[in-house]
Amino acid sequence: MLKTLSLKSVLITGAAALTIAGQAHAFEPARSAECIAPANPGGGWDFTCRSVGKVLVDQKYFSGNVQTVNMSGAGGGVAFAHTVSKRASDDNLIVAASTATTTRLAQGQFPGMNADQVKWVGTLGADYGIIAVGKESKYTSLSQVIDALKKDPGAVKFAGGSASGGWDHLKVLMTAQKANVEKLPNIRYLAFSGGSEALVQVVGGHVDAFTGDISEVKGFMDSGDLRVLAVLSEERLPAPFDSIPTAMEQGIDSVAPNWRGFYVPGKADTASYDWWVDTIDELYTTQEWKDVMTKNGLMPFHKSGAKFTEFVKNQTLDIKILSQDIGLIR
Amino acid sequence: MDTMSLLMQGFAVALTPESIMFAVIGAILGTLIGALPGLGPANGVAILIPLAFSLGLSPTSSLILLTSVYAGAMYGGRISSILLNIPGDEPAMMTCLDGYPMAVKGKAAEALAISAIASFIGSFIATIGLVILAPILAKFALKFGPSEYFALFALAFATLGGITGKNQFKTLMAAAIGLMIATVGIDISTGVQRFTYNTLELFEGIDFIIAIVGLFAISELLFFLERHAGDGLKQVAINKLKLSPKDIVKVLPASFRGAVLGFVAGVLPGAGASLGSFISYTLEKRTSDKGEFGKGDPRGVAAPEAGNNGAASGALVPMLTLGVPGSGTTAVLLAMLISLNISPGPMLFQQNADLVWGVIAAMFVGNLVLLLLNIPMVGIFVKLLSIPPKYLMPVVTLIASVGIYSVSHSALDLYFMVGFGVLGYIFRKVDIPLVPIILGMLLGPEMEKSLRHALVLSDGDWTVLFNSGLSIGLWTVAILGLVLPIIIGPIVRAKMKRSKDTVKDS
Repeated sequence: MLKTLSLKSVLITGAAALTIAGQAHAFEPARSAECIAPANPGGGWDFTCRSVGKVLVDQKYFSGNVQTVNMSGAGGGVAFAHTVSKRASDDNLIVAASTATTTRLAQGQFPGMNADQVKWVGTLGADYGIIAVGKESKYTSLSQVIDALKKDPGAVKFAGGSASGGWDHLKVLMTAQKANVEKLPNIRYLAFSGGSEALVQVVGGHVDAFTGDISEVKGFMDSGDLRVLAVLSEERLPAPFDSIPTAMEQGIDSVAPNWRGFYVPGKADTASYDWWVDTIDELYTTQEWKDVMTKNGLMPFHKSGAKFTEFVKNQTLDIKILSQDIGLIR
Repeated sequence: MDTMSLLMQGFAVALTPESIMFAVIGAILGTLIGALPGLGPANGVAILIPLAFSLGLSPTSSLILLTSVYAGAMYGGRISSILLNIPGDEPAMMTCLDGYPMAVKGKAAEALAISAIASFIGSFIATIGLVILAPILAKFALKFGPSEYFALFALAFATLGGITGKNQFKTLMAAAIGLMIATVGIDISTGVQRFTYNTLELFEGIDFIIAIVGLFAISELLFFLERHAGDGLKQVAINKLKLSPKDIVKVLPASFRGAVLGFVAGVLPGAGASLGSFISYTLEKRTSDKGEFGKGDPRGVAAPEAGNNGAASGALVPMLTLGVPGSGTTAVLLAMLISLNISPGPMLFQQNADLVWGVIAAMFVGNLVLLLLNIPMVGIFVKLLSIPPKYLMPVVTLIASVGIYSVSHSALDLYFMVGFGVLGYIFRKVDIPLVPIILGMLLGPEMEKSLRHALVLSDGDWTVLFNSGLSIGLWTVAILGLVLPIIIGPIVRAKMKRSKDTVKDS
């Protein structure tokens, strides 16, 4: 009797102890967190940090605040290096990232660093790539542009807001590659310091075509100065962009989402990583975040945890191979 | 009419309590900075950029704050011209000619009041000019392709020395230094790294803001240290203001002429405020009846003040519409816009209509604030003028350091800032102007990019640079801008000097 009782109590105590131990392992975020935006205020990463930070606080994930810290330099490289070397086990830090981050990682533009040095949390939406021409252009569909490129890769000149070899340039090359255009390195790309500068040149009739993201073109689309030939998404985008055909509809299997998401330091605790993944998953479904997306032209695109890590790995590899193929990197 | 409704929307932005607050703060700080001898509007804006960053202001608020500082500094420049016979900044030099004699005659208060009214008229008319001209120029800017932009940048460099510049060679050297600094970083047209030595912090090049704050603000600190952080300066006492409406009416024509001339001089790249005030003064002297120019004629105070304030607003036109600054201060403002991820040019009026029109409306508000500040409250600024710089400069340095650090959170940037400060000190010692360095840094990469783009589009044919009427026109002006100052410059400068000497002699 005494024995069974004691055994029972031992079991109960043991179970209780286990529960407590289990709770002790679950991650409890600090009062406040920090979000590094690897650029000056006003850009995409800054927006990602500030808007996500606001929703996190509004939704009571943090009782304090989520502080956005701008850390510009090397297109995100300074922040990446900082995270890897100085904050490697910080559980309360997230860093904004996008396709620009994977592009630079793939092309070795963060010397001595690679995608495995951090943990990829998830995405909260994407800005899809588009290819557009001015209203007076002779091209009315992406297929026509591709046909012209097949005859002469230098026939259509593209303007975009990223550096040579950057995401806007890659979108053109990826699309051309999928459409079996030969001599990809001969495609002419003019690098501008921002999408808007590139747009003006296309609308002004100085450059043939524009490569950029859907969020950049609304103004000139509405005024009728710009004709968007194709959006690089799997399906048509919601209104007011639903009249734009996808590249896939035109027989070119090219999809180019510029995702917006986060990574956390590589040695962050597994429990804290899981907490961030779950939190981003939950946040993505809130009405508040949906409103942020609508207001800022972000399209649905959500991957997190292991799936996102896999996605980043594949994207980095794809970009690396493409960049090698066209001679951007050796 | 479209412009009117946009402007009204702008006023909706400018009249929010927040915007008014920043306009008032900017106006006060600007007037103070302008009044301190040696600290011009470019320095003023450079010193306060970090403040805008460290406060985490929105782009609209930052720009309202800094344009108010700009306008305020143009107002403030006259105070030390009139009371100390030391121009607060270069454009205020012409105001010394009649302002100081008026003060000596016991009419300091009148001189300050008249110049404030003239400054108001100058800014007001030029801002109206900006409202009318900027949207037109923004539409016209669509005609600018890479080759036209290249010609425009060449023009900006060619006219850099301006007519009032002292030494063409040193100006050229300064511009070359700027261009050299601008080559650091990844070249966006090829993706190749230049002079980065595998240092991550150098990949995106050297931040203009760091260079600007170092060159202008930190070097200023070093100068103050050298002068043993001297005490306040001796000044003429101020009498009680006795200004009749008749006196004001008398200077109105001079103010209006000065405003229009100043605006035109401001719009032209490179000419700037000094030329604006100079032309206004000379024209006034020539067209008016004899008067007592050089001996304390109120019109001689009104014309150059209207001229330099008009030019200040005029210089914003090419900066906002084309992304090519018309003066040193607008170059500094341009650098800030770029740092805030706002690209100037025709798209600015499309994408950031709220911001542009908000700032333009805020200029009207700020101008009114400045008029109010500068007539009844001018005594306060005069008192501030006697604050020993030893209290002022540490504050400036603190703001600069905190601001720079808050942009990037990198200690390396602070070292760079100090490095640029030392460089700025040396350059100023040997009379190498600082503004062309900034312009070189800002415009160099753009110019290179335009050239590359033009050549890519033409498949390597160089004649593309001259094959439109617009670019030929721009090249012509550029050549004139380079050659004329060499011929006319010495004559103009001799005249300026002579008129200044006659004042000293009398």
